[in-house]
Amino acid sequence: MNVQVSRRGLLKGAGAGLAGGSLGALGFGGLQPAMAAAVRPFKLAQMRETRNTCPYCSVACGVILYSLGDRSKNARSSVMHIEGDPDHPVNRGTLCPKGSALLDFVHAETRTKYPLHRAPGTSEFKRVSWDFALARIATLLKEDRDKNFLAKNEELTVNRWTTTGFLGASATTNETAWLTYKTVRSMGALVFDNQARV
Amino acid sequence: MTNLWMDIKHADVITVMGGNAAEAHPCGFKWVVEAKAHNNAKLIVVDPRFTRTASVADLYCPIRQGTDIAFLSGVAKYLIDNDKLQHRYVAVYSNAGYVVREGYDFSEGLFAGYDADKRDYDKTTWDYEIGPDGYAVVDETMQHPRCVMQLLKKHIAIYTPEMVERICGSPKETFLKVCELMATTSSPERTMASLYALGWTHHSKGSQNIRSMCIVQTLLGNIGMLGGGMQALRGHSNIQGLTDLGLMSNLIPGYLNLPVEKEPDYASYIAKRQFKPLRPGQTSYWQNYNKFFVSFQKMMWGEHATKDNDWAYDYLPKLDVPTYDVLRGFELAKQGKMTGYIIQGFNPLMTFPNRAKMTEAFSKMKFIVVMDPLKTETARFWENHGEYNDVDPTQIQTEVFELPTTLFVEEEGSLSNSSRWLQWHWQAQEAPGECRSDIEIMSGIFLRMKEAYKKDGGAFPDAIVNLKWDYAMAESPTPTELARELNGYTVAPTPDLNGTIIPAGKQVDGFAQLKDDGTTACACWIYSGCYTEKGNTMARRDNTDPGDRGIAPNWAFAWPANRRVLYNRASCDPEGRPWSEKKKLIEWNGKQWIGFDVPDYGVTVAPDKGVGPFILNQEGVARLWTRGLMRDGPFPTHYEPFESPMANIPFPKIKGAPAARIFKDDLADLGDAKDFPYAATSYRLTEHFHGWTKHARINAILQPEAFVEISEELAKEKGITKGGWVRVWSKRGSLKAKAVVTKRIKPLICDGKPVHVVGIPQHWGFMGLTKKGWHPNSLTPVVGDANTETPEFKAWLVNIEPTTPPSDAVA
Repeated sequence: MNVQVSRRGLLKGAGAGLAGGSLGALGFGGLQPAMAAAVRPFKLAQMRETRNTCPYCSVACGVILYSLGDRSKNARSSVMHIEGDPDHPVNRGTLCPKGSALLDFVHAETRTKYPLHRAPGTSEFKRVSWDFALARIATLLKEDRDKNFLAKNEELTVNRWTTTGFLGASATTNETAWLTYKTVRSMGALVFDNQARV
Repeated sequence: MTNLWMDIKHADVITVMGGNAAEAHPCGFKWVVEAKAHNNAKLIVVDPRFTRTASVADLYCPIRQGTDIAFLSGVAKYLIDNDKLQHRYVAVYSNAGYVVREGYDFSEGLFAGYDADKRDYDKTTWDYEIGPDGYAVVDETMQHPRCVMQLLKKHIAIYTPEMVERICGSPKETFLKVCELMATTSSPERTMASLYALGWTHHSKGSQNIRSMCIVQTLLGNIGMLGGGMQALRGHSNIQGLTDLGLMSNLIPGYLNLPVEKEPDYASYIAKRQFKPLRPGQTSYWQNYNKFFVSFQKMMWGEHATKDNDWAYDYLPKLDVPTYDVLRGFELAKQGKMTGYIIQGFNPLMTFPNRAKMTEAFSKMKFIVVMDPLKTETARFWENHGEYNDVDPTQIQTEVFELPTTLFVEEEGSLSNSSRWLQWHWQAQEAPGECRSDIEIMSGIFLRMKEAYKKDGGAFPDAIVNLKWDYAMAESPTPTELARELNGYTVAPTPDLNGTIIPAGKQVDGFAQLKDDGTTACACWIYSGCYTEKGNTMARRDNTDPGDRGIAPNWAFAWPANRRVLYNRASCDPEGRPWSEKKKLIEWNGKQWIGFDVPDYGVTVAPDKGVGPFILNQEGVARLWTRGLMRDGPFPTHYEPFESPMANIPFPKIKGAPAARIFKDDLADLGDAKDFPYAATSYRLTEHFHGWTKHARINAILQPEAFVEISEELAKEKGITKGGWVRVWSKRGSLKAKAVVTKRIKPLICDGKPVHVVGIPQHWGFMGLTKKGWHPNSLTPVVGDANTETPEFKAWLVNIEPTTPPSDAVA
């Protein structure tokens, strides 16, 4: 595995082999080239491959994401297939019943897509703009912080805020976690936790 | 994990206790299968249920949930009584010979210094005797009556095989077979790997469960060894990372502590964290605490953190209680003392104990914000879903936001797995709708607050307006920019270890270059090395594995310092020769330490200097006895769960774990065995990942419906039929589910009486594609582990009866 082989290149080769060689093997050798061309090429060969890791448990199996769209400016890419990464030293291409079904997770009907807001006492969410949501949340936080921030406990400087809580997410990246840490801590917030306990 | 997934293949014995890896970590568990197939390894499984892991075990031993300490203390007693120790390892690499000061005592289940009102200990006497030279007194013969080995023998003397059977319900003969098999690894040639997960942590004494196995593994000489170690399998994909980065009430990234209010200035804070060696010549690596702390403050507040202002020490909030963990947070909310909660990718309505309490707590808050890629139950705690969420929205005055976030396929960045690998991943598609990354959302909220503080002022704006924020796009810092901060860089020219000056603005190579004089900045010292001047080491993809050790040193980056097996110096004898040539990791070549892994030791420190292999510890050795470092005692002790079907046999006066925290109302909410006679436990299934996969169609098809698992004996006793509906209830709540009547659960005979186990998997709720159902946390008690506040999800009490289906269900 020292040699850096482009998996994408390998697959393209394999796809070409399928269109030519195996058709021949199946006895289509004498047919017109037009017939062979009409057979759909191997779909994965056209896709972009991206390395990623399974987002579920902490084994962190390597996965390869196959997406349509080459990420150029006007092409909206979408993941069409996910499989285990055979180069990954832990899972070596295998996935469990959860990892094997990741595509359904990525395209779940119940994914959130738009900021929603539920006003007190009402029975439904209403769609709002990001600007409305972020501005309103910042206002709610500042109001509470200004009201309940404790700068001193008798003569001791304590600079703490304990009336709004924060929960970090253990499926977010380290980079997200660090940004969350620095913003939350700069506010003096102490009620701060993550899923490590559950 | 002290070791890593592939390393399991080298084990001779593998014990899965406190976990069910075949079900919950299937692709990692393949390395257990590999060890069985190619290393002739034997697999031991100790579990209340005959699990998927047990189904491939060489030896399965049942145990009543919540009694692991009695079991493992019994194993330790067996090893000592039968002289099955790795003698030199124990003598030189553990604190077995350390003499404990006078005044330390243990009687009737309590250590010296207990205060029943505070449910806490005065730990003054839990320390070593210090000699005239200022160092801990050691009796190398281990005969001193107050030395750790003698105290250990005394402490575990009660855990005879007969007592283990009475407490745990584990048949004596099977228990002894477990002991014999584990004991074979006292040979330096053989190792045992311990694999555990939430089955050990979800207890009021979870940390001490793990400590019990640490004692066994130290006695056997299995720590630091290839195929040995303590393998915390961990849960979520980045739970290791979130813990490393200190997203908790009391931590600073890299396992530094947030100050408490009785440490009013930097001098008083750092004085308690000098961690001087307790034996001559020891490394005691935490002596560098000040360098990591100052570098962290510089990364937070840049030029505003100076020597003159104590490195902006006042900018950090100061704790008045040990932790503001989530159990305390929602207790405060229930008391009406919380205004709001910001929740990133978390479903606390379902995942924390006592659903009714959680609903009440949420309903009392002014606002909650949920950032999640999925429509969660938490974001809809106010919405009526029939009997599955029976609330009246008009009575709930909480303002709620649900903000859509990106998924793993729509972003790049690193995750830290249980092997401590930081693996980078890349984006493959655009996010649907208007999803934004958590980075952009948190930045958006923060920058708006910062603007408002600049414009209008308010409570202590300094720490907010001075937070270092030098990203190219302020509203959208890139993962690369943040990763470079995690690694750390120089902010002024500074000499490296050889005296060469590193110019300002260079990424450091590792934490050894960090300084306490303000010339370096680093967000998380243990991650230093993840993004150096050479580039992003987390993105490395070279899987070559010299010597077939299962190390693959150039795949991604492992903290600390790209070291794959922690404490690997202990894989060699005191002279620097591997205990086992077959299991060689590193060795001393006369000039330096070389080998397959990065040495966990000074690279040029000769073995004859007598520096211990556990370089983070002040003693330089492994601890069989933990001084005052654990809140609930320096040795593990058997305590019953807070809700238990039986009294504590050796210590009948003690109910629950004496130093575990429990709030007043939650104490009143505990049931007893008279009304709730059955021992309940919660767990996971291989087809589902928590509450996430019920949103994925295939998984929803594979495991569509909630169920409760009981024995044939209990089913017969209660008139419950296979596939029939049952009601299960505790003091705190009730749920309905279908009954799975199985041979996989059998009644345990504890102290001569049968104990029935009720198993409740945890994957259903009222959102997603599966049938609606209840989560076991409708029933669980609110009590946390004494050290970590991890809820007791694995052992509580219920009652059960046949019932009618829920109104929307087809019978």
